[in-house]
Amino acid sequence: MIPLNAYLIVSAVLFAIGTAGVFMRRNVITILLSIEIMLNAVNLTFVAFGRWLGTVDGQIIVFFVMTVAAAEAAVGLALVIALFRHRESLNPDAFTSLKW
Amino acid sequence: MLALIPLFPFVGFLLNASLGRRLSDGVSGGLASLAMLASFGVSSLLVWQLTGLPPDARSIDQTLYTWISSGDFVLDLAFRLDPLSAVMLLVITGIGFLIHVYSTAYMHEESAPAYARYFSYLNLFAAFMLVLVLGSNFLVMFVGWEGVGLCSYLLIGFWFQKKSAADAGKKAFVVNRVGDYAFILGMLVLVTHFGTLDFQRLAALIAPMFPEAAFGTLSVAALLLFIGATGKSAQIPLFVWLPDAMEGPTPVSALIHAATMVTAGVYMIGRNAVLFSHAPEVMTIVAVVGAATALMAGTIGLVQNDIKRVLAYSTVSQLGYMFLAMGVGAFGAGIFHLYTHAFFKALLFLGSGAVIHALAGEQDIRRMGGLKKALPITYWTFLTGALAIAGVPGLAGFFSKDEILFETFAEGHTVLWVVGILTSLLTATYMFRLVFLTFHGEPAEAGPHENAEAGLRDSHLDSGVGAGFSRLDTAAHGHRHVPYGHHLHDAPPAMALVLVVLAIGSVAAGYIGIPHALGGHNTLASWLAPAFEAQPAAGAAHDMAMPTAAAGTAAVQGEHADAASEAHNETSIELWLMGVSSAIAVAGIALAALFFLKRRDLSDGLAAGFPGLHRLLLNKYYVDEVYDGAIVQPIRVASHDVLWRGFDVRVVDGAVNGAGTLVAAAASALRQLQTGSVRVYAGSIFTGVLLILGYYFWR
Repeated sequence: MIPLNAYLIVSAVLFAIGTAGVFMRRNVITILLSIEIMLNAVNLTFVAFGRWLGTVDGQIIVFFVMTVAAAEAAVGLALVIALFRHRESLNPDAFTSLKW
Repeated sequence: MLALIPLFPFVGFLLNASLGRRLSDGVSGGLASLAMLASFGVSSLLVWQLTGLPPDARSIDQTLYTWISSGDFVLDLAFRLDPLSAVMLLVITGIGFLIHVYSTAYMHEESAPAYARYFSYLNLFAAFMLVLVLGSNFLVMFVGWEGVGLCSYLLIGFWFQKKSAADAGKKAFVVNRVGDYAFILGMLVLVTHFGTLDFQRLAALIAPMFPEAAFGTLSVAALLLFIGATGKSAQIPLFVWLPDAMEGPTPVSALIHAATMVTAGVYMIGRNAVLFSHAPEVMTIVAVVGAATALMAGTIGLVQNDIKRVLAYSTVSQLGYMFLAMGVGAFGAGIFHLYTHAFFKALLFLGSGAVIHALAGEQDIRRMGGLKKALPITYWTFLTGALAIAGVPGLAGFFSKDEILFETFAEGHTVLWVVGILTSLLTATYMFRLVFLTFHGEPAEAGPHENAEAGLRDSHLDSGVGAGFSRLDTAAHGHRHVPYGHHLHDAPPAMALVLVVLAIGSVAAGYIGIPHALGGHNTLASWLAPAFEAQPAAGAAHDMAMPTAAAGTAAVQGEHADAASEAHNETSIELWLMGVSSAIAVAGIALAALFFLKRRDLSDGLAAGFPGLHRLLLNKYYVDEVYDGAIVQPIRVASHDVLWRGFDVRVVDGAVNGAGTLVAAAASALRQLQTGSVRVYAGSIFTGVLLILGYYFWR
């Protein structure tokens, strides 16, 4: 039996990778992918705890997260297309006009 | 019944104020006069009832309702008619009615709304003045006191388009407020010490006390009330507003600033005779201030050139006489002079109004002269008034002024008596200077150096009321050499009638107070006497007042016994004094005749001989300038530089603007955080999460 901590460590590593991707990459699509990685890191934690505690709650929440993630991906990609049409660029630093 | 007296003019005010615009001149003037006549009728009826009562019970009370009731303190809206207010009542309604009638003719050049406005103010004034004299306690009196001040302001500034008139009204109001403030303080002192403001109950409470040797509560209250009186009655130091008040229409000057309102202070002291006679030091102050004012105003009146200003200073001077009388304890004599003064001063003002009316607004006596022929009625009535005020034997002013001077002498105030005699000489001189310069001599021609000014004046007149006259003058009559720019006409019937009635009054009014020395009974003095003593049957103070009042009567009887033995001696002194003052009056007239009728060069020579003194008098002792420098300018500077530029702009505005600036500065610093960059936002969220989690891990 793989101990709980192993799952958690993997999950933490995945989350760190995702976070690093969000901050370091200069492409909106890559940032969206990184966010998916962070979400799945969280999913892994939920499932691991669910298994460890012997309940299904963790797995149910994971389904919700996946549903929301799918919706988010759809909206996010639509935004990406709109942004690209607007600016011919996918670098988030190009989109800073929403300020004072 | 009593309430009807002020109610009639008040209804007149309401009607003229609300409907006046739509009423014709005749109706609104008639309405106002009728209201005064009705008031006079009711007053006469009630005074007649009053004479039917026994002397020590002459008092008619009417309580309308309880105005203030708080704990032990109860104050009614109540009116009281007693011998003192009876005299005032007849003067106000009687002379007030005459002046209303006079005004209907005098103001005929005004437009209909202005005409109605004038009469509404005049009626409102009468209503407040009647409240003032009828009020049975201080607060009701104060309502009238403030109300007449308001009406005085409104009427002085009646021609408010003229800046000088608007300023004069403002000055009168502000100066009066200074006095009123002291008056309020005086009332507060009385109410905190005696718990009542009713005149009779106050008198009953004060009567048993000993006169204050030192400066105690009673003296403080009396002094504060006297300061209030100096404001209303134009005494030193608050007399400066009255001469300026002459900017108002002349009948207003006659009614308010000569005959009635300015005597309110004298009346108030008479009304509180018991209080004042228990504060001997204040009485001395009153007498000295009165005498000083009389002399000072008399000297100023000697050199003024505006016909109304001369009369204004004469009023101030005569009011000084009244205060002198009050101050030496001759309350009856003061009220007697108030009463006779009302006749002849109203007459003189209305006479001067007739002159001004005839000359279409000219007020400078240097531009008058020789009007005797053209204005016979005005001349003879004015002369009567001048003789009366000068104190020529047989006319009203002689009896009252003589009584004051005699009482002053008899009380041992020899210095004040000398001042009084001197003032009486001045009075005779300046009044006859006025008569001679206005009515005698040659019609004034504009001198060569005055041509430009006179031309200006004429063109001004032509544009205004004189337009019709000058056209008549130059085209129809062709009298190009006539010195006055228009047709001279004597007073119209309404004005002439009033002048004649007042002239008769100026002669006859004195005969109700013929002194004992001349074989009379001084009816007025014995009529007034009970009003200056505490009434024994005055409510709460009943038990306390009774024994002392009895003792007082005993003392008075004792005095009578003494008086009987000294009567002969006193009579001879009084006769001797009368001789002196008659001689002084005649001397004053003779002096005026010498200087202003026979040898005008002498008066010019005198003025040139003492240029400093002449300038000092011409500029009214620079009192206005001193007040301006000592009070008005410092307040202005302090208000402008300290309160406005300093406190208001710096502190108040600074606080408000500072709050705004602070928010703006903070916002411009904080908005640097809103970069618009998604990655910065994400970074801050991440940092926040780390910090929160870190806190929970490592706390």
